[in-house]
Amino acid sequence: MISIQKVSKIYPSRTNQEPTCALDNVSFDVGEKEFVSIVGRSGAGKTTLLKLILANETPSKGNVIFGGKDVHQIKKSQLSCLRQRIGVVFQDYKLFNSKTAHENVAYVMEVMGADEREIQRDVPQILDLVGLGDKANNFPDELSGGEKQRVGIARALIHRPDVILADEPTGNLDPYHTHGIIELLVKIYSMGTTVILATHDKAVINKLGKRVITLENGKLIRDEEKGRFIC
Amino acid sequence: MLVSFRRIIKMGWKEFSRNMGLSMATIFIMTMVISLATMLFILNPVSKKIVSDVEKRVDVSVYFEEDALEQDIIDAKTEIARIPEVKEIEYISKDQALEIFIDKHKDDPVLIESLTELGYNPFFASLNIKAWSPSQYEQVANLLETGSFKDIISKVDYYQRKSVVEKVFALTDGVNNIGLFLSVILGLIAILIAFNTVRIAIYNSEEEIATMRLVGASNSFVRGPFIVQGIVIGSIAALITFVITFALSYGLDVRLSSLAPEISIFNIFLSNLFLLLLIQLAVGIGLGVISSCIAIRKYLRI
Ligand SMILES: Nc1ncnc2c1ncn2[C@@H]1O[C@H](COP(=O)(O)OP(=O)(O)O)[C@@H](O)[C@H]1O
Ligand SMILES: [Mg+2]
Repeated sequence: MISIQKVSKIYPSRTNQEPTCALDNVSFDVGEKEFVSIVGRSGAGKTTLLKLILANETPSKGNVIFGGKDVHQIKKSQLSCLRQRIGVVFQDYKLFNSKTAHENVAYVMEVMGADEREIQRDVPQILDLVGLGDKANNFPDELSGGEKQRVGIARALIHRPDVILADEPTGNLDPYHTHGIIELLVKIYSMGTTVILATHDKAVINKLGKRVITLENGKLIRDEEKGRFIC
Repeated sequence: MLVSFRRIIKMGWKEFSRNMGLSMATIFIMTMVISLATMLFILNPVSKKIVSDVEKRVDVSVYFEEDALEQDIIDAKTEIARIPEVKEIEYISKDQALEIFIDKHKDDPVLIESLTELGYNPFFASLNIKAWSPSQYEQVANLLETGSFKDIISKVDYYQRKSVVEKVFALTDGVNNIGLFLSVILGLIAILIAFNTVRIAIYNSEEEIATMRLVGASNSFVRGPFIVQGIVIGSIAALITFVITFALSYGLDVRLSSLAPEISIFNIFLSNLFLLLLIQLAVGIGLGVISSCIAIRKYLRI
């Protein structure tokens, strides 16, 4: 379903320092309905990899194929179709600050053209599922870090995307909520969704027992079925 | 399609009402810009009217000798009327000249008395000539000096007034040119300020616009609510300006009526009511929408 082919990403430096090589000749495939974890220290290139799949950054070398199409050959105006098939949990949440939690989640359904009744039915449901039923009308700056993160998760799941890209979705959560969110991701995976989970949380990975890709300084150093977190 | 259209309007309205402070600031700036456009619109006919009033007062008078026969003067009039530069020509006989004088000075008993004491009519018969354009007076005056009836002419009172007339025209020309120049400059500044205000307002949403794109919103779905806000802000500013214009032109008129009764800004306002409202709405909405579109364009490249 997703194929990363010899991808390198070099960020030019804005000052006159050396450019950063965030990804170095990385290749792997993710099949349909697969659960893949991408692990590595912070700065290893996990976020960059997810940004390339979402066509938020362009690769310096190599190709990113999604559903048979090269993501970076698609016209900018056509990208919305691709992105509607992906649900993203951003590491920095990226919530709409001028919208309430409910509106943040509903926005994705509105983008897809869902009708109002569906929205009124589904959005409270998913907010309940991430434990935010009572915060639906709060604005992001009235929520804690962990609560924002859970709104982000709800927003990524609401439209039942084919693929979920989750960038450190538990980075700001306590063990109780971490457990809940990972269970939610596994449940969605078992219902037939591809999940790509980027994390540096050792406990999460070791409990999952699913495929693990390890990055180090932008290089893919390990790709194992039923992998474990090894530093 | 209809669903997303309704949604876009709703979102735009929500953004507008939630960012009341910023919306108000933008409306304020827009109101200034539209007021300026309105002022230029109203001032244009006012200055035209002033200029044409001044032009109307300029003429050439030809005075005839004491003993010139009325018939000769009428013949001269017919001949002068044939000159293509002449727009209007009026014969004022000795008696009429006296009448006009008496009428003008009827409140001044000393003058009237000295006139009676004089015992005869001291005025000359004259022809009052108006040309089509100010530059033609010189030519007309020349023709009079060389015409067949030059012997019965006592004097052409153009040369005495020549310098005054020329100064007046230089002045009205200058007023028109400076007015046009200022309008263009002020208009440009106003547009830039309006555009920049909208740009700053949208700059605040830069990150949110990027996120909208990343969660799959099409460009038009992102742009829509901003355009709606531009329309709302532009319309409100236009309506505010309309009310201000109404009040100002009425108030100014009351004050100006003793100074220049022939110029009524309020009448100009009334007779152009719908055109004015249309121009104000067009400027407001046009500026709002166009600035939003230009400002948002670069954030959509993601
Ligand atoms: N926009 C950017 N410009 C320059 N360098 C960047 C940018 N984004 C990330 N990097 C660099 O690329 C490397 C990988 O970053 P990232 O993909 O965010 O790592 P991770 O998500 O694994 O922590 C880091 O060294 C980071 O400094
Ligand atoms: Mg990261």
